[in-house]
Amino acid sequence: MKSDVRSLYQEIILDHNKSPRNFRAMEDATRVVDGYNPLCGDHYTVYLKMNDERIEDISFTGSGCAISKASASVMSSMIKGKTKTEAAALFTTFHDLVTGTVELDGKIEELGRLAAFAGVSEFPARVKCASLAWHTMKGALESTSTTVSTE
Amino acid sequence: MIADLRKEGKSMRTFDASKVREEFPALAQTVKGKPLVYLDNAATTQKPLQVIDAMSRYYKLDNANIHRGVHELSERATESYEAVREKVKRFINAADAREIVFVRGTTEGINLVAQTYGKSNLRQGDEILISGLEHHSNIVPWQMLCGEKGTNLKVAPINDDGEILLVEYQKLLTERTKLVALGHVSNALGTVNPIGAMISMAHKAGIPVLVDGAQAMAHTRVDVRELDADFYVFSGHKMFGPTGIGILYGKEEFLNAMPPYQGGGDMIKSVSFEKTVYNDLPYKFEAGTPNIAGTIGLGAAVDYLSKFQIEDVENHERAVLSYATDVLGSIEGVRLIGTAREKLGVVSFLLDDVHPHDIGTILNEEGIAIRTGHHCAQPVMLRFGIPATARASFAIYNTKEEVDALARGIQRVKEVFS
Repeated sequence: MKSDVRSLYQEIILDHNKSPRNFRAMEDATRVVDGYNPLCGDHYTVYLKMNDERIEDISFTGSGCAISKASASVMSSMIKGKTKTEAAALFTTFHDLVTGTVELDGKIEELGRLAAFAGVSEFPARVKCASLAWHTMKGALESTSTTVSTE
Repeated sequence: MIADLRKEGKSMRTFDASKVREEFPALAQTVKGKPLVYLDNAATTQKPLQVIDAMSRYYKLDNANIHRGVHELSERATESYEAVREKVKRFINAADAREIVFVRGTTEGINLVAQTYGKSNLRQGDEILISGLEHHSNIVPWQMLCGEKGTNLKVAPINDDGEILLVEYQKLLTERTKLVALGHVSNALGTVNPIGAMISMAHKAGIPVLVDGAQAMAHTRVDVRELDADFYVFSGHKMFGPTGIGILYGKEEFLNAMPPYQGGGDMIKSVSFEKTVYNDLPYKFEAGTPNIAGTIGLGAAVDYLSKFQIEDVENHERAVLSYATDVLGSIEGVRLIGTAREKLGVVSFLLDDVHPHDIGTILNEEGIAIRTGHHCAQPVMLRFGIPATARASFAIYNTKEEVDALARGIQRVKEVFS
């Protein structure tokens, strides 16, 4: 039951996979970063339009498995309008969630849509799928490079 | 001994995969509470008890370094180790055991040829010809060599079924072509290349050929002299042996003319600070203490395979593959990638717009092990305009019942993604 496949493929994930939000290239992006998972070939490009410290707009393009695409979609809808600091905090929350380093009890509320990814921690092979777009977004925020790799 | 075993093999003309399974301890387990269905044999095969025991026995009783000691254990280890060279020679019908070089695997074998034969024979403007079906290990070593020598890499294209276009291949065999490197059986699609004919076409143009036989050894007869391969390379772990050991077969005339690969102990006759004299074949290419246990394990794997008529194994696998092709092909939404007329051991597929990774995860929940991804053959994926496939690959011990389990697993994937 613990690692039942439905706990991984929750409705929210299947929905975001089928109809990803903010799934488009952005012509007036101020930052564009590519993220790769060389092991499985997943590839996403994350576009950010920064207005000072605030993420005015975010979008993504690319392809990969349901987990990676849904994660990119949920990430984009949660990050939009947030400040750099808020986005970095969400990254940490998400990272702790999928690597299973956080106690979920009583936190489901504040996790919101992120809670759908709690099941990922039971599937170690899929943690990188779930994290790819988040790492790419973080790379874009820090603007340290134009490509991010999970390896 | 071998003749006796072969005879014994003949008597088991009705091939019984369930009997075979009993010899592979790993197959008897459950995964996620369900009987393991292991369909990732193109990545690595499981090991029969015979192989596990041979390696264990070496470590328990005979462990010593080889070619050095005068003591009993070293003599035993050396004898077991060198006996494997002889077994492999017979198994692939090489002319001489000196033509059998122990390497870490197919990848190292190809790198060895690139860095020795390639480096000393290829010049700027020369061409190396490969095919559009190759595994990365039969692409990247040649690209590295091309980078160093100014040699050009040419690729014989494939058609929509995943077969090399022989007319194009013929056209690419020119006076600039100095080496051809081809897979025998494609790991991503299962295509069996008409390798004998392709070698003979290259030879007519005076071009030597290296064959990557990693996906052929456990599945079909390989006779290097009948094929007239100049180099034939394969891995132990894809033919029921351990990882970290493989074989480079090379015709003696080629191996003799090649410079050594790595320097060190065992590959020399004498060393002084002024001059070192290299050892004879095959030791010239085996610097340092080798993978002794792995080699002994490979010998046991060769013994294991020699119990069977390889034609029986091949017929069994063809029946399972043909059944899998029919069963999977009739599932709505399944698209088979690689539909060559001659195939062995592999069915690569896509399901609707479900990413292969998701297929793999859901099948794993059903105890079914398949490979998903680009199979270290990204150019093949690019040719079909896809990032990845799901791949079920078969071996001697797989059954039609396991194909049925796979089909049920695919239905489960469809349910989750419906």
